[in-house]
Amino acid sequence: MGPAPIIEARQVTKVYTMGDQKVHALRGIDLEIAPGEFTAIMGPSGSGKSTLMNLIGALDQPTSGDMLIEGHSLSTMRPDDLADLRNRTLGFVFQQFNLLPRANALQNVKLPLRYARHEHIDADARARECLELVGLGERMDHRPAQLSGGQQQRVAIARALAGKPHIILADEPTGALDTKTSADIMELLVTLNASGITIILVTHEPEVAEFAQRQIHFRDGLIESDERRAS
Amino acid sequence: MKFSVAIASAIEALFANLLRSFLTMLGIIIGVASVMTMMAMGEGAKARIDEQISALGASTLTLRPGAMRRGGRSMGAGAATPFTEADLDALAALPYAGAVSGQLSSSVTAVSGQTNWSTSLTGTDDAYFEIHDWHPVEGRIFTPREVRTGAAVAVVGKSIVENLFDGTDPVGQRIRVNNVPVSVIGVLEEKGQSSFGSDRDDVIIIPLRTARNRIIGAHRTTPKNVSRIEVMVADGYDLKEAQNELVEYMRDRRHIKAGGDDDFMVFNIADFVRARSATQATMGVLLAFMAAVALFVGGVGVMNIMLVSVTERTREIGLRMALGARGSDIMVQFLAEALVLCGTGGLIGVTLGFAGSWIAAKTGGWEMAISPQITLISLGAAVAVGLFFGYFPARRAARLNPIDALRYE
Ligand SMILES: Nc1ncnc2c1ncn2[C@@H]1O[C@H](COP(=O)(O)OP(=O)(O)OP(=O)(O)O)[C@@H](O)[C@H]1O
Ligand SMILES: [Mg+2]
Repeated sequence: MGPAPIIEARQVTKVYTMGDQKVHALRGIDLEIAPGEFTAIMGPSGSGKSTLMNLIGALDQPTSGDMLIEGHSLSTMRPDDLADLRNRTLGFVFQQFNLLPRANALQNVKLPLRYARHEHIDADARARECLELVGLGERMDHRPAQLSGGQQQRVAIARALAGKPHIILADEPTGALDTKTSADIMELLVTLNASGITIILVTHEPEVAEFAQRQIHFRDGLIESDERRAS
Repeated sequence: MKFSVAIASAIEALFANLLRSFLTMLGIIIGVASVMTMMAMGEGAKARIDEQISALGASTLTLRPGAMRRGGRSMGAGAATPFTEADLDALAALPYAGAVSGQLSSSVTAVSGQTNWSTSLTGTDDAYFEIHDWHPVEGRIFTPREVRTGAAVAVVGKSIVENLFDGTDPVGQRIRVNNVPVSVIGVLEEKGQSSFGSDRDDVIIIPLRTARNRIIGAHRTTPKNVSRIEVMVADGYDLKEAQNELVEYMRDRRHIKAGGDDDFMVFNIADFVRARSATQATMGVLLAFMAAVALFVGGVGVMNIMLVSVTERTREIGLRMALGARGSDIMVQFLAEALVLCGTGGLIGVTLGFAGSWIAAKTGGWEMAISPQITLISLGAAVAVGLFFGYFPARRAARLNPIDALRYE
């Protein structure tokens, strides 16, 4: 017996209904992820990777089955508690960065701290610290349009880190970046993982997946394979 | 999220799209400006009406001989029997009569030295000055004894001083009124124009009997005639009731049979002025209606733009939710934007309202009457519109599903 899983999916299914058509995006997923694991999820387009990430991220609810984060079942939580969970426990990194175009790097990183109601933190200091950590200490007052793709993704990672999350969910974080920049971003994620943050990453690129200790392959809404790399 | 932070970013959003924000605010601006102008006009007109009423005597009833207008034809006052000095004495004995004054008036030519002046003459008694709350600034008014004996004394208005005496002190001087010499004993304080536009200071006032016996001449059949009586209703008596009792009392005195028409009229001056002011009130109602419509249209405009803004920023809302914003945080954010829009519109409207009230006061001829309350109510109206019309778009934003919002194209 290892430690209690930080993420646990129990017979999770997700069915999208569009008119009279039903899309079975997930057909019954059982999955346990231990604290501190770095997991890469791979698989063909439409196999349900993003769908699972949204369920883990408490952005959506499964059609059946149960999703547990740090032992708490998401299906029993109220919307405000889910919002607080996303704010405190989870950090998101998106393929398209999703930065506010009119705000500078520092303001973007401070955004999640606006919604933090649990503790009194110095938002400015915390945001600067996170930008330093991702190597953008010199670019704090730059707007997204004044930054390269890789730099924008670093800002997004700094933003995900601001609330001191236990889990980072990254859906194709390198999908819009070139190989060299992708490697830099992956090294950053590896560093973060080394500091204890659980990371789940979706990618199509085997080289990117190589950075993870565990690789899960999806096909047609089911887990096809689940391998841990001996380290 | 703190409300102050929400307001700050709402102001940022307002500046991010300045032209659109301004166009959105336009309805609110017009609405608030008209709310303000309307209220300032109402206050100003009311203050002026009150001033006029008190100038005419708020509790004064005026009696004139002649019948009220009937069937579109006015019965001439000359045809009816005039009042007499006996009526004055009888009325003075009534419990609700605080003061009673009888008057005769005529147009006259007054001469001082080489200067001629056409003016109006009022023959009356000392009660006249009490009823009209009109006091001398130079000299004195006549004594009851001078009234009784018909002394050749005159109290004059400011315009007489200007036109007959070149502004010099006339007290002690003699003037000839239609060739009758009278000595000036007092000058009255300035009253200015009446609401009808006539100069109230262009008048010579002498004792009633002096006017009748030496200048105007007595009535053919009624020697001790009085053409007009003013009764100041004593404190503690209701003006309307006094008016009704006065009518009954005079019908009795003038032997009018039950069912017969009055051959005299009793005016309540306050009613008279208020009736004249009704047009101004109508205008106020019209403006109030316009203000309400403008505020409503402005509010719908704000709601429309807010709905567009919510749709445009669906992905941003989704992102904020992913980062941990609660529905209430999103709600506060959009309400703050509606509030900032309407509040700014309100401030601009208040500024315009000041200008509008100033113009209205100039053209209407009254004091500008903008109180802090009016300003606060106008701003409050803008804020209320913001909250009311911002609520629906804000709620729509707050109820978005995080994943649908995040993936919105
Ligand atoms: N909101 C939705 N409504 C309807 N169908 C959806 C919706 N989201 C996803 N799907 C469908 O669910 C299935 C799984 O989609 P998902 O986005 O999870 O795939 P994915 O593995 O992330 O693919 P990709 O690698 O292309 O990102 C697909 O068939 C997709 O068309
Ligand atoms: Mg996907």
